[in-house]
Amino acid sequence: MLINRKEVQQIAVLAKLNVSEDEIDTIVTSLDSVVEMINHINEVDTNEVKPMANPMDAVQRLRADEVTETSNKEVLLSMATNADEDYFLVPTVVE
Amino acid sequence: MQFNGIKQISEALKSKAISVQELHDFYQAKVEKHAENLNCLINKTPQLAQQQIKQAQSLIDSGSGNLLTGIPLVHKDLFCTKGIKTTCGSRMLENFVAPYDATVVDNLNQAGMVTLAKANMDEFAMGSSNENSYFGAVKNPWDLNRVPGGSSGGSAACVAAGLVPVATGSDTGGSIRQPAALCGITGIKPTYGRNSRYGMVAFASSLDQAGVFARTAEDCALVLSQMCGFDAKDSTSAQVDKEDFSQNLNQSIKGMKIGVVPEWMETLPESIRTQTQQSIDTLKNMGAQLVEIKLPTAHLAVSAYYVIAPAECSSNLSRFDGIRYGHQCDNPKDLNDLYVRSRTEGFGEEVKRRIMVGTWALSAGFYDAYYRKAQKIRRLISEDFARAFALVDVIAAPVSPEVAFEFNAKKDPVSMYQADIYTIPSSLAGLPCMSIPIGLVDKLPVGLQLIGNNLQESKILNMAHQFQQETDFHHLIAEGFAHE
Amino acid sequence: MSNQNKTQWETVIGLEIHTQLKTKSKLFAGTNTAYGAEPNTQVSFLEAAIPGTLPVFNEKVLRYAIRFGLAVGAKVIAKESTFDRKNYFYPDSPKAYQITQLNHPIVEHGQLVIEGDEGKEKVIRINRAHIEEDAGKSIHDIYAQYSAIDLNRCGTPLIEIVSEPDMSSAKEAVRYMRGIHTIVTHLGICDGNLQEGSFRCDANVSVRPVGQKELGTRTELKNINSFRFVEKAINIEINRQIKLIESGGTVTQETRLYDADKNQTRPMRSKEEANDYRYFPDPDLLPVVIDQAYIDNEKRFIPEFPAQKIKRYVRDLAIKSDDAKIIANDKALSEYFHSIVQKLKKAKAKTAANLILGEFSALLNANDAKVEDDNISATQFAQLLEALAAGTISHKIAKVVMEKMWATDNTAAQIIDKEGLAQVSDTGELETIVKEIIKNNPSQFEAYKNGDMKMFNYFVGQVMKQTKGRANPAQVKTLLEEL
Repeated sequence: MLINRKEVQQIAVLAKLNVSEDEIDTIVTSLDSVVEMINHINEVDTNEVKPMANPMDAVQRLRADEVTETSNKEVLLSMATNADEDYFLVPTVVE
Repeated sequence: MQFNGIKQISEALKSKAISVQELHDFYQAKVEKHAENLNCLINKTPQLAQQQIKQAQSLIDSGSGNLLTGIPLVHKDLFCTKGIKTTCGSRMLENFVAPYDATVVDNLNQAGMVTLAKANMDEFAMGSSNENSYFGAVKNPWDLNRVPGGSSGGSAACVAAGLVPVATGSDTGGSIRQPAALCGITGIKPTYGRNSRYGMVAFASSLDQAGVFARTAEDCALVLSQMCGFDAKDSTSAQVDKEDFSQNLNQSIKGMKIGVVPEWMETLPESIRTQTQQSIDTLKNMGAQLVEIKLPTAHLAVSAYYVIAPAECSSNLSRFDGIRYGHQCDNPKDLNDLYVRSRTEGFGEEVKRRIMVGTWALSAGFYDAYYRKAQKIRRLISEDFARAFALVDVIAAPVSPEVAFEFNAKKDPVSMYQADIYTIPSSLAGLPCMSIPIGLVDKLPVGLQLIGNNLQESKILNMAHQFQQETDFHHLIAEGFAHE
Repeated sequence: MSNQNKTQWETVIGLEIHTQLKTKSKLFAGTNTAYGAEPNTQVSFLEAAIPGTLPVFNEKVLRYAIRFGLAVGAKVIAKESTFDRKNYFYPDSPKAYQITQLNHPIVEHGQLVIEGDEGKEKVIRINRAHIEEDAGKSIHDIYAQYSAIDLNRCGTPLIEIVSEPDMSSAKEAVRYMRGIHTIVTHLGICDGNLQEGSFRCDANVSVRPVGQKELGTRTELKNINSFRFVEKAINIEINRQIKLIESGGTVTQETRLYDADKNQTRPMRSKEEANDYRYFPDPDLLPVVIDQAYIDNEKRFIPEFPAQKIKRYVRDLAIKSDDAKIIANDKALSEYFHSIVQKLKKAKAKTAANLILGEFSALLNANDAKVEDDNISATQFAQLLEALAAGTISHKIAKVVMEKMWATDNTAAQIIDKEGLAQVSDTGELETIVKEIIKNNPSQFEAYKNGDMKMFNYFVGQVMKQTKGRANPAQVKTLLEEL
């Protein structure tokens, strides 16, 4: 096994997904087969190779510091399941 | 009525043989007849269509229309359309109304096209069969018990069934080329960065590209030219001039060099190999020269891709938490419950699987071994292609190792992933590539992939168009969907 | 606490300072950054993480970051830097990742010199300064069962400045923090307003027995929004840790909040679970590539900083050290001072400093005004000083003239002329006046002649009264002495 139950549970916590008891074994098996497939990348030596972020090795363009946006308050709040006239609302966060 | 491509339709509109409304109604009738059965659409857009019909008609009447004015299309439901539901085939966005238009949508709106509907797709563009949609699987017009391919299955099925002449799609690892092949139509993905990604819901940011389906390479060229263009709102948008990809369609391909990858041909099942070889030979008979090329690292492409794409998507999909928009679970107990249940309920199995793989690949200690390593393999593959293009103009390759398969045929995700073996390498390298129909095997369509070097869309479209002048495969239509 | 076998403890402190940059628009979109807007009115689709939106990098942020690097003598101002995603779920961070710079930050290996606890100069090394985006705000006291989320602040550009753990006391930490504050405000890249949250400090604090090489376990203190609180919070935390260790406990690595009301620190609940941030380069952004010319172009924006100014004022302008410090550390005041000094011919910079810190500051306070309000232009101030230096007016009159200059638009010359305030220095005229006063006050003059120095002042006062304060005091003194 390249990936075990505990690791899958930890991943689920990080990804904010629930994996139920019924599902977990199936998920572990399928993830394991994916990891096995992925591991083929180790077949080649890439020590001297630079990672490729962009197919044309393009660089970041810069934007002028100007205000171009206006308020989207109504539109944004109207899309939320739970919001009042001013804020998005979530169950209380304790800091 | 029968229409053979955008140019002919446009001529008919210009000469007033048909009005934009009549043209729309013609296609709408087909939609009404077939769309539900094929399940290729998610939401229709009648109000938008009516507005656009009016605008298009007045453009034509005043003589300021162009080739695309008044032409109907459907957009893959991955593209934000302002004021209209944009679901990405997911329960998570089932009722999400996009507050803005994607740039490619806007570009085609500006050209005067008429939007009939949002097309069905694999959820969040993850899949190769369109079986992963919350709104149900899409059926292949060639055989209603079989998949159309994915993730742009709905778009491909619409064009294959003649419901619209044009549909937009997106391609990350093959999601335009493979459904085009399985549905017997033409589909193209341009060079990474040609089409703006602004407004295209992100799956794998460094790979995603918008593209188009049509019956012919010519139609693809006309639409793609309008879609493409530098967009300041997308940092990854290529800073190149807008180009008319249809300019060189009529050039002869005599003397052009076509690269063929023997390893790829050898791994094909016999019937598909024969069909593929025949089409390559046709190109040779038309005057092109075949050259054997090697892509030594291409065999690792699928593995590298299934690190990069899930990693990027796991991060891109984290914004879907039910707080500001999208599906929220009922009665969340606390914040964590809100996150976990909204996401678990909102996403389908394949999406969750890829998020998990991606989260794993990026987790502590793994970044160098997986994501960074995969990006290095990406460079090696890109260099393989660069070396090949020093020798050839275009690479001809298979699209799919199989024809359309039956629903539920693939239980194992890995077998689904490995079928992307021919499309993924050019995706990783960001190259322009397309699929053209090359006939039937066991009564089901097969496609040929043409891959060009960076920014060489014109070249592959030219070759595709010449092939379509020489052959009739692109005219084949599934039974029951022939033009009435 | 027993004093037997008492361990000597030393403190190790590192600071992470977040400075909000004073750009018009946000880091990755053209959204307004102005402070104090109505909730959720300064939120673009990007900051709300609407699907399909993409970041585009604000050039001003790059330039400000380079300036900071130059100001702290950074050994590295990266010609290629990248943005990374820091992935974690929190309602004030809609994308569920923060865009930051982990592996290739824009600035590395700088330093700040502070006054160490032993009175000598101490170098505090700056490990890095990188660009990142700010998060929104959660408000917990509007509703009992909900937290309210305001995304206005989301996406505002920050530079995070990370020091090495080179500070040994809370006081050193505060000096470092003030030093950074001075730099960013004098560069004009941050308004340094701690109350508004544009300058925020987290402190990493650990203790270890003197002589131990290993660092002790550190805690991170957050939510300290004043210089005073930084010192208090760090000291409380140091004491807490020492007490804990001395009573047999161990320090847990955790994040703690400073509670100013209770004057204590407590663990921050939401950070309890260890987070794996899964950093990777943001694929929506490309490497930021600059050349040496681009960096060099920013050098002209680096002002003379207070430390350099103080040295120069003392050395070249003969300003007292304390006065130099006050002027140098106030950006607006030092700019004003500089403008004035440039215009002086005969008058001395020292006199300018005295007047600025004396009468002028008094006027500022009395009128609740700021230097920037420009009530007296530098040109006018300089003219006043020249008049004083030329002997046209006395110092006392100068004060009067300045008050009138404040209240009106008139120049010093106009006021002196109009109100007849020119100093009387004419010996002949003065002699007449003095003789007259002596004549009218014979007994006082006798007393003065017999050595009563109080009478001297009496006569000076009388002369001043007679001349309505315009008599040149030095001349009066001379005359009295002669007579």
